[in-house]
Amino acid sequence: MQQTTRTTSQQATQQTTRYARRATASLAAAVAAGTLALAGCAGPGPAAGAAEDFVVLDYWLWDANQLPAYQRCADEFERQNPDLQVRISQYGWDDYWRKLTAGFVAGAGPDVFTDHLTQYPGFAERGLLRDLNALDATADVDYGEFQEGLSDLWVGQEGAQYGMPKDFDTVGLFYDENVITEAGLSPEDLDGLDWNPDDGGSFEKILAHLTVDENGVRGDEEGFDPDNVAVYGLASNGSGGTVGQTTWSWLAGATGWKFTDADVWGTEYHFDDPRVQKSLDWLFGLVEKGYMAPYEEVGTEPNPQQALGSGRAAISANGSWMLGTYANLEGVDLGIASLPSGPVGHPVSMYNGLADSISAQSPNPEEAARWVEFLGSDDCQRLVGEAGVVFPARPAGTEAAVEAFADKGLDTSVFTDTVDKGHTLFHPVTEEYGAIEAVMTPIMDEIYIGDRDVSTLTEVNGRINGLLD
Amino acid sequence: MSAPSSIPTASSAPPAPSVPGRRVRRRRDDTRLALLFILPATVGLVAFYFWPLVRGIWLSFTSWDLLSPAEFVGLENYRTMVADPVFWNAVRVTLLYVVINIGLQTVLALLIAVLMQRLSRSVLLRSLVLAPYLVSNVVAALVFLWILDFQLGIGNQLLSWVGLDRIGFFTSETWAIPTIAVVNVWRHMGYTALLIFAGLQAISPTTYEAARVDGASETRMFFGITLPLLRPILGLVLIISVIGSFQVFDTVAVTTNGGPVDASRVLQLYIYDKAFAQFDFGYASALSVAMLLILVVVTFFQYRVTRAGQTDLN
Repeated sequence: MQQTTRTTSQQATQQTTRYARRATASLAAAVAAGTLALAGCAGPGPAAGAAEDFVVLDYWLWDANQLPAYQRCADEFERQNPDLQVRISQYGWDDYWRKLTAGFVAGAGPDVFTDHLTQYPGFAERGLLRDLNALDATADVDYGEFQEGLSDLWVGQEGAQYGMPKDFDTVGLFYDENVITEAGLSPEDLDGLDWNPDDGGSFEKILAHLTVDENGVRGDEEGFDPDNVAVYGLASNGSGGTVGQTTWSWLAGATGWKFTDADVWGTEYHFDDPRVQKSLDWLFGLVEKGYMAPYEEVGTEPNPQQALGSGRAAISANGSWMLGTYANLEGVDLGIASLPSGPVGHPVSMYNGLADSISAQSPNPEEAARWVEFLGSDDCQRLVGEAGVVFPARPAGTEAAVEAFADKGLDTSVFTDTVDKGHTLFHPVTEEYGAIEAVMTPIMDEIYIGDRDVSTLTEVNGRINGLLD
Repeated sequence: MSAPSSIPTASSAPPAPSVPGRRVRRRRDDTRLALLFILPATVGLVAFYFWPLVRGIWLSFTSWDLLSPAEFVGLENYRTMVADPVFWNAVRVTLLYVVINIGLQTVLALLIAVLMQRLSRSVLLRSLVLAPYLVSNVVAALVFLWILDFQLGIGNQLLSWVGLDRIGFFTSETWAIPTIAVVNVWRHMGYTALLIFAGLQAISPTTYEAARVDGASETRMFFGITLPLLRPILGLVLIISVIGSFQVFDTVAVTTNGGPVDASRVLQLYIYDKAFAQFDFGYASALSVAMLLILVVVTFFQYRVTRAGQTDLN
């Protein structure tokens, strides 16, 4: 990250895959630095003088779909700040965290990176993140200007601000209108569904009706064979692990259940609560009824969008970040409905937000803060919103995204309404997430498979709370 | 280490030394040369085996998260390990894998090797047998993941055409380990067969001729000649393949990632999870030491039982 040269072709480097990038990197190392410096001077950079005239900031993200939008932000930022350059690297989700860890250990990580709620507590605990309040450029940011509550997720236990909110996501129901009409229903029938963990409410009735067995018998008809299902009512998202973001968090949340005893930095998990246990019981009970695919079919890498696209499932609950993927499914006339409302009287979606963090190892923290301040500004977030991929954290950006989605013919009000109305459940932020996840994932898989009773979660809850002591 | 220029060459040899002196000198020079030749390998061995081994053993007595300094905790990690049900499950699962993998692989490889020896000496066949070994583990695993996919895999399509129930090869607790073991048998048996085949070459054809003159059948010759004379080679092949088998990781990581639940959470994967997903390098090191001990014991017994150090060919 101390490199102060511009690569020969910034554009090309940023769009190649990680393998090619690695090759480029080693090639760059092999080639004499002078060659690169020369190429850098010849580039369109505003500071086409000596290489030391500008500072290069490394910025990492994992979502390839968002890369073009952030490149536009970087271009705009460089135009406004001729003394700074931003070099963006994108790695797939799994590689991203491994590379980031390796980067921290080797002292060769990025200056600024996209951070996730499951990861940042561990980084903060080890002193790897900068407090944005302690850096000039970000000290005066008014976090009240972001969508409600998003910045709170990124405040450490001692009050340090570890992330600049960049976007948010909520969950909705995706479906293929053709499948709904074929079932003799209309998309309106999916609006205002209700659900409860006891009999599943009208939501379960819809799922039953949309399920079709190999003989064409529907799930709510006489003679339905739950062991030979052609179309499942609900697409499986796997067991959901600790968080169940798109899987069960919206069910348990709609009973009024919360993950922990505090919105952020809770010290007690609530998996001993009968409400979450009953919700899980209902969801994974769908397997036996034939309304959802068994674990055997989806394994550890469920692919609900493929299930919807191939007609294997009728309704798929998924996050707003998947909008683009679902919209591109071939032969699917995409419809989006709200999650069913639960015993609390309205739907509840998990509300998760990403943010940009500054590495404590960055040799240029003040410069990094200027980039982060820009990433959190209306200017950048509007650019990101206009790309129509995610909902940026600032209302101006969110509006731009809603418009961009509308231009593509997608009504995304379902995702934004839930935030406007405050019908949300925070993604849990606690210490020891890695260890908790290691305990919870196999256990949730076991519940999905049907080998474990949900009531055993009471004992498990004691175990994971023990990890937090 | 001294520079290579110290090696005497014809042109630089000192003039007319006494005969006994020269002999002594030459012997000393050989030693130096030998040391020089093994130096690169020694550097590699020390840097990539001995040092990590010593450091790993030291780390197993510490609590270390990679990013803050290691803290000495004595036997704490080992106490945790003995009481850790996931560890014992991992040992059980790994053993199950090794038994299926090695059992099947050795029998098949032996069969292939004997066929290559007794039936056809075609070079083309020999190359074909080795072909799966040229495919990388990850690629092989991915290909089988698709072939055996519950919904889309051609393997399951075939099963359902025949009228059988589909099988969750990688997604059911019963099938995960056997499937992974068989995938690796497919990849490795050619290589193992080649090793055994090399051993077969050492058995003199005259032995077989003599047996044939006495009217022995192929089966009789296999059990009476091939197997006993192959014992040391077979023992060595077993030792090497068992060690490799215990270290199974990539196939599991690609196909099941330890699941369903813990059904395929083999030792290596658990070590990896602990270290790189949970940053518990101290505990992961303790698990690695446990694996080392298991391998030492297993190898020792294998060596003794197969008498791999002795041959009956002389």
